[in-house]
Amino acid sequence: MADALNDQIRNFILENYLFTNDTKALGLDDSLLGRGIVDSTGMLEIIFFIEEQLGVKVKDEEMIPDNLDSVNKIAAFVSSKRRAA
Amino acid sequence: MCGIAGIYFNDARTPEAARLERMVGAIPHRGPDGTGYHIEPGVGLGHARLSIIDLGGGAQPIHNGDETTWITYNGEVFNYIELRAELIARGHKFRTQSDTEVIVHAYDEYGDDFVDHLNGQFAFALWDRKLRRLLLVRDRAGILPLYYAQIPGGIVFASEVKALLASGYVQAALDPDGFDELMTFWAPVAPRTVFAGVSIVPPGEMLVLDESGMRRKRYWHWEFPRVADLRRDPAEKLEAELHQILGDATQIRLRADVPVGAYLSGGLDSSTLVALLKQRVPQTLQTFSIGFDDAGLDESAHQQAMVRHLDTVHNHVQCSLADIAKAFPRTILHSESPILRTAPAPMQLLSGLVRRNGVKVVLTGEGADEVLGGYDIFKESKVRQFWAQQPQSKWRPGLLKRLYPYLDLTSEQSAAYLKEFFGIGLNNPSDPCFSHLPRWMTTAQCKLFWSDEFRARTSGDPAARLRESLPAELAGWHPFNRSEYLEAKTLLPSYLLSSQGDRMLMANSVEGRFPFLDHRLIEFATRLHPRYKMRVLREKWLLKQAMRKALPESILNRHKQPYRAPDAAAFLGPSMPEYVKELTSEAMITRYGYFDPVKVSRLITKLGRSKVPAARDNMAFIGVLSTQIWHATFVSGQTVG
Repeated sequence: MADALNDQIRNFILENYLFTNDTKALGLDDSLLGRGIVDSTGMLEIIFFIEEQLGVKVKDEEMIPDNLDSVNKIAAFVSSKRRAA
Repeated sequence: MCGIAGIYFNDARTPEAARLERMVGAIPHRGPDGTGYHIEPGVGLGHARLSIIDLGGGAQPIHNGDETTWITYNGEVFNYIELRAELIARGHKFRTQSDTEVIVHAYDEYGDDFVDHLNGQFAFALWDRKLRRLLLVRDRAGILPLYYAQIPGGIVFASEVKALLASGYVQAALDPDGFDELMTFWAPVAPRTVFAGVSIVPPGEMLVLDESGMRRKRYWHWEFPRVADLRRDPAEKLEAELHQILGDATQIRLRADVPVGAYLSGGLDSSTLVALLKQRVPQTLQTFSIGFDDAGLDESAHQQAMVRHLDTVHNHVQCSLADIAKAFPRTILHSESPILRTAPAPMQLLSGLVRRNGVKVVLTGEGADEVLGGYDIFKESKVRQFWAQQPQSKWRPGLLKRLYPYLDLTSEQSAAYLKEFFGIGLNNPSDPCFSHLPRWMTTAQCKLFWSDEFRARTSGDPAARLRESLPAELAGWHPFNRSEYLEAKTLLPSYLLSSQGDRMLMANSVEGRFPFLDHRLIEFATRLHPRYKMRVLREKWLLKQAMRKALPESILNRHKQPYRAPDAAAFLGPSMPEYVKELTSEAMITRYGYFDPVKVSRLITKLGRSKVPAARDNMAFIGVLSTQIWHATFVSGQTVG
């Protein structure tokens, strides 16, 4: 389940920010901001994706790099929110 | 302004007249009022004339009394009246009233230092028959272009690359490193261009050619004092000086034998100029502006406020998305470069409006942001410097939100994001490129769309190359001055004054004049302590102080709005123009080879469904489309659109 979620998130980022299907282009722990993959406005698109595609609401105080700055961080954040729901 | 072209051989061969005529014939828009040629062993000089001063007597090329010094010249020397009087007092005899002839005599009088006496915007070739030596000279700020390419035993040179291509000596091909610089800094750094084998004379330099070879010689540059030597005089004294210099810079730019108008964007800079002009032009002043259907980009309300305040005869062109899409291929034909924003296209429509109203010369406020401290990047850098002193501070980076109010984020998390994004280079605030790293990193995202084959053709890091070329004394300059220098070295001459400036003006045979780029004003401003330019985060502080009696509060206190035009939205959707469909098709992307067709296709799909396209996606799309048009136009020789 966790792997499927990781894949879904990674595919979204590959498709929308790196414009490729090549999974080697993005490591699961790569920093999205640090590598320049997503800028501060682009992060809003990721939040839309999490809310609309993954069904998890993101509160203002949760919009921090610790939750959103890599595939693994997003997956862990989404999983924990789903568990808490 | 005009167009120039020429051929030089170091072995005294005589250039072919037909070849020179083809070169001049490639740039008729720069000089629709006549052509002229001078050919002798070793050199051929060609000229296409847009007559502004001495309409009857200023035909070129022009020579001195004994025909040993010849010039073909594009530009204006605004202090020619004073210089002419000075030279007459020293015994020189003039045959015309033109500013061109003044340059020839200034050279005869002062030798290579003659250029220090010229106040203006110029690009010219000067042939000294006695020394058998050619000088290619470009103005200090880089307002006018001057390209050259080496050929066997000599060079060809011209105002635009299309004239070099017409010579038959130069084949159009993309320079991979020039393109890499464009996709980092928005334009290549002079002398590099996007054309392989084609260079541009850097601003403030001359190229000297004779039998011993070719060498670059710098006569002027943006030079800042060491921090301890910056001026800290009372503000009132500096305000008065600024007023005097800017007033005179504007006054001498009214010298013309044709009507002079002004661009009016509704911002501080153009409003300042129009206010100064209004005090100096007895007849009704014509002003020109552009508006957009997109309310977020439109400045019409501010333009109207100034028109009412100063009672000018105002002309306005409203620019739709379809207008931009239609004008874009011609924009690339004239800019001769891929671009990352559509912003030059409306500027081309604006110069068309000027020309249709019978005006040949316009004053513009370009340069004020560089000279007097107006850009957000200066503020951004200032905050980042402040933050770098206490990198752990939570509220210091929060100041960035004042610059980018659209970062509509809560305080806790925004600090974290700002830190990630703007924190680049924070560990090394003394890096000469510190101020520009976030912008360059964002722009460089366009390279994601390169094909692997093209990427392999580039060499090295553009920022590292630029860093190596910076003057050693820059380390002793104030950080604010370092960022000003980078703007003056990169974006100003190679993009703003070129793709968005001269080339869009000349597309419709209109001459632009830039009072804020008068070198006396630049030299005044470079010596000021930055606190007079930016007080905390209030931009162009001294200019606002100096103009507070002449401008309405609404203009003085207006939040600065950068000039922007609609980007990808102009081309996408059901009404996508045929040329866009064709040039961004998988087949054409593959054929030209610069980009990865799959990535480009995905980008277009993403943009098509985005409600608010991300800035970097917009930039990448315009970069791809303009590069494809550039290739079709110059490499394949097609007419696009």
